[in-house]
Amino acid sequence: MEIYDLTAHELAEYIQKGELSAEEVTRSVFSRIHEVEEDVRAYVTLTEEKAYAQARYVDEQRRAGKKLGPLAGIPVGIKDNMCTKGIRTTCSSRILENFVPPYNATVVEKLEAEGAVMTGKLNMDEFAMGSSTENSAFFPTRNPWDLNCVPGGSSGGPAAAVAAGEAIYTLGSDTGGSIRQPASLCGIVGMKPTYGLVSRYGLVAFASSLDQIGPFTKDVRDCALVLNLIAGHDPMDSTSAPNPVPDYTSFLTGDIKGVKIGVPREFFGKGLDSRVADVVRNAIDKLADLGAIVEECSFPYAEYALPVYYIIAPAEASSNLARYDGVCYGYRAVPEKGEKYDIIEMYMKTRSEGFGAEVKRRIMLGTYALSSGYYDAYYLKALKVRTLIKDDFARLFEKYDVLVSPTSPTPAFRFGEKANDPLTMYLSDIYTIPVNLAGIPALSVPCGFVDGLPVGLHLMGPAFGEGTILKVAYAYEQNTSYHRARPPLQVEKRPKPTVRLQEGGNHRG
Amino acid sequence: MDNYEAVIGLEVHVELHTKTKAFCSCPNEFGKEPNTNVCPICLGLPGVLPVINEALLEYAVKAGLALNCEIAAFSKFDRKNYYYPDLPKNYQISQYDLPLCRNGYLDIEVNGATRRVGITRVHMEEDAGKLVHGEGGADYSLVDLNRAGVPLLEIVSEPDIRTPEEAKAYLEKLKSILSYIDVSDCKMEEGSLRCDANISVRPAGTGILNPKTEIKNMNSFRAVQRALEAEIKRQCAVWAAGGTVESETRAWDENKGTTVPMRSKEEASDYRYFPDPDLVPIVISPDRVSRIKSELPELPDARARRFTSEYGLSAYDAGVLTASRALADFYEACARNYRDPKLVSNWVTGEFLRLVNARNLEIRDVKLTPAHLVEMLELIDKGTISGKIAKTVFEEMFDTGKRAEDIIKEKGLVQISDEGELSRIVEEVVTANPGVVADYRNGKEKAFAFLVGQVMKATRGKANPQLVNRLLKERI
Ligand SMILES: [Zn+2]
Repeated sequence: MEIYDLTAHELAEYIQKGELSAEEVTRSVFSRIHEVEEDVRAYVTLTEEKAYAQARYVDEQRRAGKKLGPLAGIPVGIKDNMCTKGIRTTCSSRILENFVPPYNATVVEKLEAEGAVMTGKLNMDEFAMGSSTENSAFFPTRNPWDLNCVPGGSSGGPAAAVAAGEAIYTLGSDTGGSIRQPASLCGIVGMKPTYGLVSRYGLVAFASSLDQIGPFTKDVRDCALVLNLIAGHDPMDSTSAPNPVPDYTSFLTGDIKGVKIGVPREFFGKGLDSRVADVVRNAIDKLADLGAIVEECSFPYAEYALPVYYIIAPAEASSNLARYDGVCYGYRAVPEKGEKYDIIEMYMKTRSEGFGAEVKRRIMLGTYALSSGYYDAYYLKALKVRTLIKDDFARLFEKYDVLVSPTSPTPAFRFGEKANDPLTMYLSDIYTIPVNLAGIPALSVPCGFVDGLPVGLHLMGPAFGEGTILKVAYAYEQNTSYHRARPPLQVEKRPKPTVRLQEGGNHRG
Repeated sequence: MDNYEAVIGLEVHVELHTKTKAFCSCPNEFGKEPNTNVCPICLGLPGVLPVINEALLEYAVKAGLALNCEIAAFSKFDRKNYYYPDLPKNYQISQYDLPLCRNGYLDIEVNGATRRVGITRVHMEEDAGKLVHGEGGADYSLVDLNRAGVPLLEIVSEPDIRTPEEAKAYLEKLKSILSYIDVSDCKMEEGSLRCDANISVRPAGTGILNPKTEIKNMNSFRAVQRALEAEIKRQCAVWAAGGTVESETRAWDENKGTTVPMRSKEEASDYRYFPDPDLVPIVISPDRVSRIKSELPELPDARARRFTSEYGLSAYDAGVLTASRALADFYEACARNYRDPKLVSNWVTGEFLRLVNARNLEIRDVKLTPAHLVEMLELIDKGTISGKIAKTVFEEMFDTGKRAEDIIKEKGLVQISDEGELSRIVEEVVTANPGVVADYRNGKEKAFAFLVGQVMKATRGKANPQLVNRLLKERI
């Protein structure tokens, strides 16, 4: 075991006791980054100097006898759609390639106040639109379990970094499954909290009513600890919930006797890889063995979640992304010598050159759905069906404490396998999307392997029911060993990738 | 033109003078260095979120109540999507189908008759920045975002207005009400009140709906009136010539005195309104509405009615005095402390307003205080100064803020009521003008006025006129 293989709570204990310094931990993580990053490519920007400065500050604090925050000195990576003051924040897009925010996202402020050590900014599908990180304008990120496979998306960088030991934990964002699906594909824990639990201030918006920041960790205890740090009301975010935040580690009892678990049969239908289905059914049996009451149930509106999502999310995105116009900041198209652009030409060239294909596709979808004459038939109807999906969940949570399903219908797929077929790609998120539409929390926890690739178990709870989900996930994890598996990324042993990847992602070809 | 009538609706935008902007904590100030009152939120940087300024809501409810509107218990913000370089997010936070206030009205007086103009809706939105084009011959434009995010109310009238005079009266009344409740400066020159007009004409009394034009670019109440007069003339001429008025947007050209086409309504953009997911619905309790209602000041119409009954003023004078809250406050502060409120009204609507206009002042910037005016009126009553001298004293008080007594002393303006001194002067005048005295004795009335004038001249106007008359008559 290397230092970078340890969990945050293990490292925190060593640091608090003085058995390891934050600097040593940081050094271990950066040496791992330098060792494997060439193959994994999780980071868009590394902030090594800043990380060491933060680590040394934590060590000084400790030596001075100051009380350290629970995760002080632990290296964390941030998805590149959360604003970091003075550090460029690209959303893996050409249009923000050189954008340096003058302010910190609330979550970044919170982490820094607790003595976090920031390793850098992590790769993603451009503007969080995608399920494979192939839509990054810069380069795709590889899955540490098989370098020929995608890490999932859109938070592919944050997931791969944790799985590869390039960060102890990371923050991602989840609009339709962008934390849980890559967590599942990379064999780690990923949680999307209740909408409103974690401030969105400083998270570059994709779809405002669905976006939520959450943690990627190596185990469930780390997930609870990170959630403790980032949850809570923020006056800068009108949609932030005023609810008091419990200590999430208090739910990690290991005891799930009598917990009622529903298994919606619609989440085990057509399109689900039968090997994944077997792994997930075994995991559900395990929950029953541990004393949970497991029952099959029905979620009639499940099949409408995907179409509803692909109206609401692009509609909001088309408006959220309108600000990238080359006027005040970001990329601006420059005319050839002797040519001149008027304002409309400048807008068109800037946005044509600055955005990738998937982003443009969704802006067009969304613009169409909001256009006069189509609004009622698409956007308004989607809002109504969204309410029906919420009602479905509400009805189920009257009966069950937690719902379970596979996180993703397949394990990690190979590069290019779905890249040219948006609809197939969209189906990757079929089990995760309903959760965002309802605003409820959900978590993916490793539950086995298919051909050496990780599979995740998806646990969904009622709004602000993070504690219950964490409790079930923790009991499951403590009675299995999947969370202790590490990908075969040792430099000598690891198989070299056979797939060659293009630089520049979706902007070429 | 006589057999046509106009159908006019006004759309007014007023900037609310809250301390901070609508959705961020930048100061809301006019006239600062470009791009100094800005922050990540009003610059629309990636990742920022709006949070409503509670004062905006408070001001908007106040305005809605003052305009006799229903206040929606539930309303929301929507995004109005369009691209323009002065709009950092390329959408404006506005209200679409659930405005905060609806179904109000205000009453206007034109030619002695009262008319009620309906108010369709009042909603909240944020202002855009300003573009500066081609400064110093540059082939680029500059963007100033100080104004971006300043809170606005959009106040839409029903098409109840029939004449350009009524339109002007509507704007004046609106300005008066909004200033009374202290939510806006309503300065058209500074852009804190902007007005667009929708107008069509039809054969009088028919009630048919003809295509309307939207008139923009009017920079004063006077310009609104003139633009509407010109547009009525134009539309009538089009119909009279057998043509059809096109539905289009036109700009008022102050120099040409006509409206000119801007763009046709057919090209109007699709704003793709949808509820702003970054803001939560606006829920206002009936308690809050009644609390705000109870805190509203007395509004101009009610105050004018009270002025006529309490101070015995004519409806006209009461209207003039109550058009501005500051003027009404000034008047009332004097009237309450003086025996003759009508005399106060004469001074305030007369000399006071004349000087306010001549000096181009805001009433709140005037140095003269109500107490000083009352003191001066009491000095007239005591005979210390004459009414005529008082005008000179008043102007000095108005410009310097000094008290009447001090001015009178400094300039030696105390009325001469000393019989002995005046008799001596009368004697001198009579002796020096034997011919005129003879004329008077022969029945020439005018000769007497000449002699009075000579006495006044000798005393530099300070002689008590009644006393001069008596002494002269006694002497000759
Ligand atoms: Zn601001």
